[in-house]
Amino acid sequence: MTINNEQNQSKDILKVKDLSFYYGDFQALKDISLDIEANKVTALIGPSGCGKSTLLRCFNRMNDLYPNSKVQGQIIFDDLDIYSQSIDPVLIRSKVGMVFQKPNPFPKSIYDNVAFGLRINGFAGNYDEEIERALVQSALWDEVKDRLKDNAFSLSGGQQQRLCIARALAIRPDVILLDEPTSALDPIATVKIEDLVNVLKKDYTIIIVTHNMQQAARVSDKTAFLLSGEDRCGVLIEYDYTQNIFSNPKMKQTEDYITGRFS
Amino acid sequence: MSTNLKLNQNNLSRRKFIGILFLSFCLLGVLVAMMGLISLLIQVILQGYEWVTPNLIFNYPSRHPEQAGLWSALIGTLYMMGLTALITVPVGIGAAIYLEEYAPKNWITSFIEINTSNLAGVPSIVYGLLGLSIFVYFLKLERSILAGSLTMSLLILPVLILASREAIKAVPTAHREAAFALGGDKWQVVKMAVLPTAFPGILTGVILALSRAIGEAAPMVAITALVYITFVPVTPMDRFTVMPIQIFNWVSRPQDEFRGLAAGGIIILLLLLLSMNSIAVILRNKFQKRSEE
Repeated sequence: MTINNEQNQSKDILKVKDLSFYYGDFQALKDISLDIEANKVTALIGPSGCGKSTLLRCFNRMNDLYPNSKVQGQIIFDDLDIYSQSIDPVLIRSKVGMVFQKPNPFPKSIYDNVAFGLRINGFAGNYDEEIERALVQSALWDEVKDRLKDNAFSLSGGQQQRLCIARALAIRPDVILLDEPTSALDPIATVKIEDLVNVLKKDYTIIIVTHNMQQAARVSDKTAFLLSGEDRCGVLIEYDYTQNIFSNPKMKQTEDYITGRFS
Repeated sequence: MSTNLKLNQNNLSRRKFIGILFLSFCLLGVLVAMMGLISLLIQVILQGYEWVTPNLIFNYPSRHPEQAGLWSALIGTLYMMGLTALITVPVGIGAAIYLEEYAPKNWITSFIEINTSNLAGVPSIVYGLLGLSIFVYFLKLERSILAGSLTMSLLILPVLILASREAIKAVPTAHREAAFALGGDKWQVVKMAVLPTAFPGILTGVILALSRAIGEAAPMVAITALVYITFVPVTPMDRFTVMPIQIFNWVSRPQDEFRGLAAGGIIILLLLLLSMNSIAVILRNKFQKRSEE
């Protein structure tokens, strides 16, 4: 398990520098710069279409899967630019895990779902141990320990999403990207995921996209507010500690959004 | 208020009547389709049931109807189908995976897509003549099982590619994304996330394609030249005959007994087809249940 950083000693694990992103001719993000602190929860908020999910997908190069996508600028991870020619996106994704909007377990057993990433990455150690660890960390172990061979689809939506988190944790990433992880879940399942995020930040760096401002206020340490203008291109308006963003925003647009003057 | 309700009720009974009319029309469609099939089955069974004997299955063809059997044709059919499956399954599934997962989406791939659909509709005799000129004469494979299997493969490849592409297309993008996000490369994503989910659909495609091939007579007329075969083929280069050809041969004889034999042969062919399709359904249900529970 990752060793905890000293309290109060902030360390930036990801540094975004002048990042612009294009889908073909359409520019979706413009000159984004922000540093992500290790072992903190960073929330990306903003109205629909502001590019917050696109920015999230830049961190593990998932956007590479879209044809004609183009990136300018840098994202520095471990002193390496993840967009430099010599870096294979496959390696990035085993270090930066991701959980999606809708729970998307594979049509396999609970066990095989968590083992999936281990198998892909050629893990040669004790599978049972690793799978138990991942399921314990995702607070799902007690609910599934007697039915690991059952199909993942037999779980409830909230359990499926925690299974997807366990699946991402199994390969021991440094960073976990959560793309609106509770938008398809009921309130009780949402609370469980939010509690889990709070626990997980001891061992992982978490970046969460959410359309729910209360959620951002509850779970995150830092918040980035993105907004797209008339050209529908997303820019970073404000990035600060969550407390400051919600109680004392510096920018007028942030204040308008926080207070619900537009959505 | 009450008149209003009455009005609605009138309207309701009319709507119900139209609904029943529509249902009757659909049922009629089913009946007409089933009648054709059922009358064919009844006629064949009435005409052929006396002829379904061990002799029919285990004897070689003969000039004497009471001794004649399908043995060489049955083995020929099974041999050819096995070889056809060996050729078609890897090529067809490979092509489908390439077209769905790897090929860039441009005019060349849409051209290939349209042509695959067109090829699936080409009359089978055309494939027979193509096989005759390419495999039998040009590649000098003679009228062998290998030539027959290659021809049948050409015939059913478009069907299999179409079915497999549909099955692969039906795999949710979310599964691919999940596998990529766990650090999988393209090949691992295809192997571990796409193919297992697409498998029941692909399997159905394989069996449907093979059952189309098993009943095809036209291309085999061109390849086998309707010869009289009284031996069981051993190597893929042996000459052979298949069940539809043997049945065709019997039907064209003047004696009445041979028509009975032909009906008996059709019963055996139908049983073979039916068991293949049942296996397909059972396997598909088994795998689908596993992935949907």
